[in-house]
Parts: sequence; structure tokens; C-alpha cells
Amino acid sequence: MNATSNGTAPYHLLSVRVENRAGVLARVAGLFARRGFNIFSLVVAPTQDERFSRISIVVDVESAPLSQIVDQLGKLINVVEISELHPDRAREAELLLATVTVSSRDPALVELVARFEARVIEENADESMVMAVGDTGALDEFEAGLEHFGIVELQRTGRIGLPTLIPAT
Amino acid sequence: MEVTGAQALMKSLEAQGVEVAFGLPGGAILPVYDPILDSTIRHIHVRHEQGAGHAAEGYADVTGRPGVAIVTSGPGATNIVTPLADAYMDSVPLVVVAGQVAAGSIGTDAFQEVDTTGVTMGVTKHNYLVKDVTEISRVVAEAFHIATTGRPGPVLIDFPKDVANTRVEYEEAPAVDLPGYAPPASPDPEAIARAVELIRAAERPVLYVGGGVIKAEASAALAALVEATGIPVVTTLMARGAFPDSDRRCLGMPGMHGAYAAVTAIQRSDLLVSLGARFDDRVTGKVSAFAPHAQVIHVDIDPAEIGKVRRPDVAVVADCRLAIEALVSALGEKGPLDAARLAPWTAQIDEWRERFPYTYDMGDGSTIKPQYVVEQLRDATPDDAILVSGVGQHQMWASQFWRFEHPRTWVNSGGLGTMGFAVPAAMGAKVGRPDRMVWAIDGDGCFQMTAQELVTMSAEHIPVKIAILNNAYLGMVRQWQHMFYKERYSAVYLSPDLPDYVGWAESMGCVGLRVTAPEEVRPAIEKANEIDDRSVVIDFRTDVTEHVYPMVPAGASNDDILVHPSQMGRAQ
Repeated sequence: MNATSNGTAPYHLLSVRVENRAGVLARVAGLFARRGFNIFSLVVAPTQDERFSRISIVVDVESAPLSQIVDQLGKLINVVEISELHPDRAREAELLLATVTVSSRDPALVELVARFEARVIEENADESMVMAVGDTGALDEFEAGLEHFGIVELQRTGRIGLPTLIPAT
Repeated sequence: MEVTGAQALMKSLEAQGVEVAFGLPGGAILPVYDPILDSTIRHIHVRHEQGAGHAAEGYADVTGRPGVAIVTSGPGATNIVTPLADAYMDSVPLVVVAGQVAAGSIGTDAFQEVDTTGVTMGVTKHNYLVKDVTEISRVVAEAFHIATTGRPGPVLIDFPKDVANTRVEYEEAPAVDLPGYAPPASPDPEAIARAVELIRAAERPVLYVGGGVIKAEASAALAALVEATGIPVVTTLMARGAFPDSDRRCLGMPGMHGAYAAVTAIQRSDLLVSLGARFDDRVTGKVSAFAPHAQVIHVDIDPAEIGKVRRPDVAVVADCRLAIEALVSALGEKGPLDAARLAPWTAQIDEWRERFPYTYDMGDGSTIKPQYVVEQLRDATPDDAILVSGVGQHQMWASQFWRFEHPRTWVNSGGLGTMGFAVPAAMGAKVGRPDRMVWAIDGDGCFQMTAQELVTMSAEHIPVKIAILNNAYLGMVRQWQHMFYKERYSAVYLSPDLPDYVGWAESMGCVGLRVTAPEEVRPAIEKANEIDDRSVVIDFRTDVTEHVYPMVPAGASNDDILVHPSQMGRAQ
């Protein structure tokens, strides 16, 4: 199931700025576990400011109301800021790596890779590893296309995002 | 000045104004126990770490100041997990320092190592692992700030032994700088204005007062609000004493074992003004049937409480005292309310109150009724005495039959329901308020869990009085097995004589009394009240067949309240 741009999507992307302290990921994950909130995906990495990290969490708002998730998250002392990235007002992306049982020269794979602006990043005679970046919907389509070749292994990062730019005045 | 990390910790605690710490030493916390000898802080050496935690809670509950406990690593830390969870549920400000194995040994399954920050993450407002000796004063200052501001709660500081032994130039803590922590303070004037409109229009309003009113020291503001509006008050288990029971407008406790008038007034209300309460399941019963006709104003300092259980019509996220004062002020600007507007409502409430008061059957006088003991205790004891309880039937009778007149005179375990809370919490309460008489009403099952702290009290000259309502059973569990499990009593019998409570009390340095007949109840209480050089334990042999009424069965609607059998058949 994917997030869509309509307001009733069950999955919402929260962008959470946290203090870069030991255990902060455990605090966030533990909160979700003990409150019964479901996480669909979670990405955590440092930001340009070494005091902070950013956690992108795709939450299932059918497990709890978004406001309750945000308010409980906000009680964690190390959580500095929480923004909900609405699909209409944010750019989102995720990264996909996959190994498929097909030669990188297979015309169908070449076509698929070109269509999704993906890349073959490793290959042998029988297998190819491809990498693609895109929004969740595009990567779902790309993944469906890869299934046709036989997927050996696949890893997606989960969604990250930032607010869209405000037009220059 | 160069000091050890342990000395820096003690200096930091002193800088926070700590006067008392409850604790028990062990290997990893040994470095801290040396400078304790030189500290101005009184250390009270408990017999079990759970006792330290509950004592710190009792101290905090009666003083409003944070309770402090110091324990060692591993089992010392895990033994205080229950008090941390208890304090977290009941929003009690605690700072617990736990020893930890040397930082370099963390993760190696070292002797008495446990992942204390991991274990306590879900039961603390925040916790710290101090890895750098230069952090100590800052961490301690942050811990006290977090524990005591906003919605109070417990904070744990995990303190590795090598950090405690490292020398450091002691510096006072910098100003607290927590970018992710900004508790709300003043209420939003627009929300207050909307609340005032609802209050002015309401015909059947109820003030639903929770423990937050006591935490926020908002009793005087609440009294002013009641004076301005005439709205009747219910005080939850955590709020007993926030508004005086002797005031005609106080309906007592709502909830599963609440007063009929309190429960029913909420059910029939058209406006519920929740002040520092959290719509606990023991208050609401079946949520979808709770106060079905009421609009809700929800005042809470914790934004996550808003809408967690019941969606409010007006949310006021603010300090409870400031919010109530703002309500009073905004109501005043609108001019006086017609006092007669609530007359039909209060007349209806009075009728419920008269028809269904708390009651019990004195029987033929051959057995001691537990409710009678509570009444006699109440009548023989000054009204500023502090009452502490454990968890179970005795706790409900204590809340029902005592008369609470002042905030911070009632200490109990509400949210977590921790059996064994009373004895150590009474110790902490007496340490916090040595000028007050402290009585604990305890159950026989509860008493057995933590009675060892009476040894601490004897050794440390902390005299309290414990009334054991000894019915030889885990009474509340027995009541449920009676009512819902076809009287199949499973693992609830305790025996009245095993242990010998009088002998046990005396062996712990207390006066032990046994009371087996109703006419002995009052004299024994009066005798206990005259003893103030040591603790007194009275073993009241009470009637096992008594049930707590009223009762709303778990998960049922509050409309389905079961009244005392002698009141059944009266029109509800």
C-alpha cells in the first residue's frame, strides 16, 4: 500500500529533527512500540548540523491518530521538531537497490532502467544490480517491472523528504 | 576545585536544594557513598531499593519537591523500576541516580551490569547515561528541570563507576538548554474564551478534577472557580484533597468505585470541565458510554493527553493553575452568573447523594468492618494528617470514607496500582512532613511486600502508623473472583496469622497491636496516636466478606453502576 496525495492516506511521512545523542533512535522506536503505533519505514541520518539528526518516519495513522503520534513523539526530550510532510508541499524520495537474474544487456532491462532513470551498478554474466531513486509510487512501478526478471534481493531505504521550496519573490 | 565525579554528583545534588536521599549502596555506586558521608544531604538507608523509590515518591507527593533515590547497578537498578513506573504513571517528580559498571565494561555482561537506560526508557520522562565526568553538573540540573517542570515525572541518571572516580574541575551547571523541551505555560486566551462560553451556557456542568490540580498547586484557583460558578466538583483518586470533601459542592471520587452522585453527575452532565485529569479507564468505564451528553473542556499541561481518550470540544494546553486562574478572570469579565441557574441540577445531585451515599452494613457487631476502621481513624485523627494507602480494597475504602480537606494529604499509587506502596511511601511522607501525623491504611497482602522498610523507620527514627486491614485475603482479587469467577477463589488466601503481624512489627522495632473486636478499634487508634517516638502497626482483623461498593464492572458503562446491596431497588 502506498501513500497517495489524497488527505486520507493511511501512511504519513513525519520529518523529525532530533538531538544527536546516544539512544535517540531507541527512544523513538521504543515509543512507537509501547504505544502501539506502527512504523512503515524509518530513515535516520545526521544533518548538516552535527548537533542534530533527522529521522524520516512513515507512520500508519490507522494504528493511532496522527495528532496522538506527533504529541507523544513531541514529549521525547531529544525530539526538537516534528513536521508532517504533506505530499503536496514536500519533495520525497527513496532509494532502491535490487539484484535481478538478468544480464545488464537484456533489452527489456535496458528499457526499464532508462525509463526510470535507474542505473546498473554491478553485474556478472547472469545477474545485474540496479539502483533507482524516486518517489515511492515510481519505485513501486520500477519494482513491479523488475519482478518480471526475477528479483534475488531487494532493499529500499524508505521515504525521506523535505518541504518544497517557496517560490522566489 | 578538583573533585571526583562522585563528589561532583553530590555537589550538584546539593546545588539543586536536595535535602534528603533514599538509597542503598552496592559495588558500582560505592564511589558515591563516600562523599555522602560529607554531604549536607540526609541519606536514609533503606532495606530494599523499591522502598527507596516509593519513599522518594511519598516525599515528593507531600512536599511538591522532587524525591531523590540512589541505588547501585544491576539488581539495585531493576529493583527501582517499579517505583519509576509508578512515578511515571502518577506524574511524580523523582530523580534516581543508579550506579553503573565502568563505561568501558558496558556491553560485556559485567558483574551487576544491566542496560538500565534501556530498561527504564519506557517508564521515565527521560534518562541519562553519564559518559563524561564534565557532564555531571549539567545532567543533574537538566534532570531536576525535566522532573519538576511541565508534567512532572521521574528521571534516571545512570552513573558509571569509572566516571564517578575520575577527577574533574567542578563547575556549576550552565543554564539549562534543552532545545526539544518547552513545556506549555500560559493558556491560549481564545481557548479560554471558548471555555467560558461553554461554562456560562451549561445547565448540568461538572468539574472533573484530577491529580494535575495538586501538582500545579491549583487548589486555591479551583476554589475560586467553584465560588465563581457554583459548579459541582468530583475529585479523582489522584486528586483527593484538591477540593475539600466537607464543601457541599464536592461530590467525591468518580470512577469504578466512586460515589454514586459523582459517577452519575458525570454521566448526565452537559459539560465536563476536565482539570488535570486524563480520562483514565478506571474513571471512564466504557469510553463510548462515558458522559455521553457532555461537551468537554480539557485542561492539561501535556498536549498528548488531549484527545488521547476523548476528543474535547475545547482544549487548553497549559499549566492547570494558570488555566483555572484565566478561566476565573475571564468569567469575571463577563459578569456574575445567575446562581439559581444550576438549582435544578444541584437538586438532582443532592437527591442522588441522599439516596446513594457510601454505606456498609455494621452486621451484628461480631466482626470488624474495614470501613468502620477507616471511619474511626478519620474521626480520631487531625484533618491535616497525611493518609497513605496501598492498592486494593483498603485503598478504595480509604478514599471513600476518609475526609480529605487539604491537598497533599493523600498519597497513593493510582495509575500503576502498585501493591506494597504504602509502607515505604509513608516513610517518605513522614520525612517530607515530620510535623504531620502520617497514617498508612494497608492491606495484609500489600504489607507483606514492603514491610521491611519499618526497619528503616525504626533505625532512622521516622515514626509512622500503619493500619493493616487484615482480612487474610488479597481482597480485591477475591472480590472479582466472587463477582465474576463464580466464587472460585484462586491464589487469594493469605491466612490472618501467618505471618504474625504483631510479632513482625515488634521485631522491626515498632509497637505492634492487634484488634479483633469492633469496640477495641477506637481505643487502639487513640493509643497509636499517642505514640510518637516509634512506628505503630495495628493488625485489624477485618471481615473478609466485605466488598467495595459502588462498583462499575470493568469495561461496563458507568450507567451500569452496582450500588451497595442494601441500596438495590432504590430508583436510580
